[in-house]
Amino acid sequence: MIPASVDLSQASGLLVAMMPEVFLTGWVLLLLLVVAWQHRSAEDQRLVARLSLAGLFVTLGLVLVYWLRGPEAEGLEVMVALDGFRFATAAVFLIGAILAVAVSQQYLGRERILVPEYYVLILLATIGMMFMGGGADLVVIFLGLELMSVAVYVLAGINRRSVFAAEAALKYFLLGAFASAFLLYGIALIYGATGTTNLTLIYVQISAIGLQTDAMLIVGIAMLLIGFGFKVAAVPFHMWTPDVYDGAPTPVTAFMAAAVKAAAFAALVRILVQALAPMDAVWTEALWWLAAITMVVGNVVALAQRRLKRMLAYSSIGHAGYILVAVASGTDLGTAALLYYVLVYTLMTVGAFAVLAVAGRGGERDTLIDDLNGLGSRRPWLAFAMTVFMLSLLGFPGTAGFIGKWYILSAAVQAEQLKLAIVLVGASILSAGYYLPVIMAMYMKAPASETAHADTRAVGAVRWVIGVTAALLLLFGVWPNAMLDLAREESRQLRPAVVVTVSR
Amino acid sequence: MTYGEWILDLLLAFPLLAALAVLLGSEAVAKRVALGATLIEFLLSVPLWWMFDPGTAAMQFEVTHPWIPQWGIMFSLGIDGISLFMVLLTTFTMPLAVLGSWNYIKEKQRAYYALLLVLTTGMLGVFVALDLFVFYVFWEVMLIPMYFLIGVWGGPRRLYAAIKFFLFTFVGSLLMLVAILAMYYVVGRTTGEYSFAYGHLLANVGSVDRWAFWLFGAFFLAFAIKVPMFPFHTWLPDAHVEAPTAGSVILAGILLKMGTYGFLRFAVPFFPDVAFHPTVQAVVVVLAVIGIIYGALVAMVQPDFKKLVAYSSISHLGFVMLGIWALSLQSVEGAIVIMINHGISTGALFFLAGMLYERAHTREIAAFGGIAKVVPALAATLTIVSLSSIGLPGTNGFIGEFLVLVGSFGTFPWATVVAATGVIFAAAYLLRALQGLIYNRLDKPEHERMRDLSARELAVLVPLIACILWMGLYPAPFLRRMEASAQALVEQIKGPEAPTAHVQVEVP
Repeated sequence: MIPASVDLSQASGLLVAMMPEVFLTGWVLLLLLVVAWQHRSAEDQRLVARLSLAGLFVTLGLVLVYWLRGPEAEGLEVMVALDGFRFATAAVFLIGAILAVAVSQQYLGRERILVPEYYVLILLATIGMMFMGGGADLVVIFLGLELMSVAVYVLAGINRRSVFAAEAALKYFLLGAFASAFLLYGIALIYGATGTTNLTLIYVQISAIGLQTDAMLIVGIAMLLIGFGFKVAAVPFHMWTPDVYDGAPTPVTAFMAAAVKAAAFAALVRILVQALAPMDAVWTEALWWLAAITMVVGNVVALAQRRLKRMLAYSSIGHAGYILVAVASGTDLGTAALLYYVLVYTLMTVGAFAVLAVAGRGGERDTLIDDLNGLGSRRPWLAFAMTVFMLSLLGFPGTAGFIGKWYILSAAVQAEQLKLAIVLVGASILSAGYYLPVIMAMYMKAPASETAHADTRAVGAVRWVIGVTAALLLLFGVWPNAMLDLAREESRQLRPAVVVTVSR
Repeated sequence: MTYGEWILDLLLAFPLLAALAVLLGSEAVAKRVALGATLIEFLLSVPLWWMFDPGTAAMQFEVTHPWIPQWGIMFSLGIDGISLFMVLLTTFTMPLAVLGSWNYIKEKQRAYYALLLVLTTGMLGVFVALDLFVFYVFWEVMLIPMYFLIGVWGGPRRLYAAIKFFLFTFVGSLLMLVAILAMYYVVGRTTGEYSFAYGHLLANVGSVDRWAFWLFGAFFLAFAIKVPMFPFHTWLPDAHVEAPTAGSVILAGILLKMGTYGFLRFAVPFFPDVAFHPTVQAVVVVLAVIGIIYGALVAMVQPDFKKLVAYSSISHLGFVMLGIWALSLQSVEGAIVIMINHGISTGALFFLAGMLYERAHTREIAAFGGIAKVVPALAATLTIVSLSSIGLPGTNGFIGEFLVLVGSFGTFPWATVVAATGVIFAAAYLLRALQGLIYNRLDKPEHERMRDLSARELAVLVPLIACILWMGLYPAPFLRRMEASAQALVEQIKGPEAPTAHVQVEVP
């Protein structure tokens, strides 16, 4: 069915290589038609949700099939890559999207948000992400990024009755556009310096022409880093994050914090490793500082938060910092650590936000950590799952978060960035100061009243999301072997396959 | 399969299964299941005492299973003459801890007993792990049950105590994590074999010489917080006082030993050049002696009996540190003996403090007085246990402190002289407490109808007293089993020409 190798310079070859994306795009167009006719009742909305889930699952299946027996590229990878990294990241985005859709169903019903297009937007954003992780050309990556961003701008403001959602959407849109401009400018400068936007060719050009000290290229890389810095919410480009995460509907926040961030990281790593590897002296130094500042600021500010949603928002900044450590190491091990961590991070973040969506009311902006008091005695399973998420976010042994953090630490230590490793460890200690109070509130404080948590109930798909993510986090914490093998395997494939011979 | 091939796996797995059974069972039978499980666990571990070959310092009962082979992580376990006692101490303490909680814990019993069982696995794992990754995992994992035990079933200031306990330990252990990783990579790069195996790292530790100081520092911090050494001790009084009785017993009896065990097993053998560098040595010894005197002095002014016992722990553990750093055969053996003693005597004192609290609902020494007339058995037990904690000849306390002082005198005469006064202080604070609690006049009418020890309470205390007397009167079986390991440690650091002639302790 799938040819063993495809010629990516031909349209037919490209079509084969992009089959998962093409399928999902077709499905989205179909869904749009459905939505045009069926958008009046909650029943219609549920139908769209089910169809979206079906589309996502089929796409995930396609991605897995491609991953297992994927075609090889004949010659140069034009426009899209055909490597394990692409399919691994695509799988992560799809899992994130599936979880987000599943969490949304109960939430949208409860908050009386009747916009079936919501699910279409999530699917559109997912297509964008898949191009970000799989693009072999700066232009394709940029297009993917825009597709994702525009969809997510709308998602952030989907609750039209909420002032905060409107504020979040506008803020996100303005700053996001700003970041895109930086990114585009960076791409333009890199094109100016190397004469190409193809990642592999950029690599070849830099090595062949000897552009390592070229000012235009360095400025281009700096612009690129700033643009991605905005997207992954690295300090000091994080100012939009808390307000946007806070104002957006909780499932969207989960989607933004997990999948959107993961996509930005996937694109960043692909560009850095595949195209800009010869310039690693420039970007490792910059990322080193970015990672250190992001970890420290994210965790320190999170410590001061009383409201759960804002605390999770700041903690996600801290986690961006951890992932940046993996990127900054600039090694295969770092890429592998990133792949593993991004998967784990998606699971635990979506899980934590799902619990928040279940436990909170009215947009959850005002849900305090103290509002979880006594959840352990009233809703033991929910509290247990939340404990797993918190411990995993903290990086505690026995959970996947620990293996992930251990992996990132090994990458840092192996790259002899011991100081960065120590900053990471210090930041983790700080993070205990805000993850533990959640556990403490649930188990060690009495419920506020007799009726507290009486209507806190995970119904339907959310229950599955919470259960499955918690179980997977425990499983990957004790038996991470298969995932580790995958991560290591796919990270190696990311290295440019071309051998550059420079004749002097 | 022979006993030695499955015992360590079973010892780790069984409490977890039992915890599951407790959770699935009903609230009413939780404590019975837990008691049965901990007793079976103890009975399973008892044959180790005879099967253990005292003639060798090598690891025994070794088992290795692949866990994450990609990273060179093997689930490998084994025990030597140091960990043998820690394992037995743990399995011995746990049934008593369950019995001691019998009436005290009234809420959420299933969770409580399940956590105790999980804690058992965590602690045993720390003592038997022969892979640094596995060690680290157990070292951290056991934090969670203890955190819950203090935080859910503790006293009025339990939240503060729980988070303080957690954070202090967490700070130290994360730096140790970086150190472990650094060793892994440096040793791996030098030898070409990336592995967390204890033996592998120990054999090739020479390649990390350049960073030895910092690596030692990271290990030192982790273990010194756990011991706790002065000035890292501030979590201990809070945790001890707020924890439920069994929690205090386990904290004092077993958890603190993880710190000293870590020194004996990892920090000292890995980095002997740093550990016994004159400056480092001086700092550690001075801190140990400060700990001995400071702990004793603070204990002396405590109006609260439980707090008094908590501070006395700091003092006792100071002796262990002194013994390890004096590095003679006697002093190291003495340090290990004190580790066992402290688990037994201080554990018993915490049990007694809990029993007094259950009767009078206060721990203020001044609130009691003269109760020896009403509760003679309790008073007698308290006296014996206090005397053992003071170190009266004929009790276990004497053997350990005597060995440490004798063994350290040759190396650090002045420090030893100062440390010896700690024994006098110990007599001062414990006898003062004894007098206040059980002697004096019986002037509080509410105590006139106090119950004496019940059968259950006797079942907790009698085994402890038996151990106190056994170790005090006939310590040879203990010393014989630890000698090879202690000697190997000393010889590894000092070289084989270390004085092997040793004082044969004969106590009437």
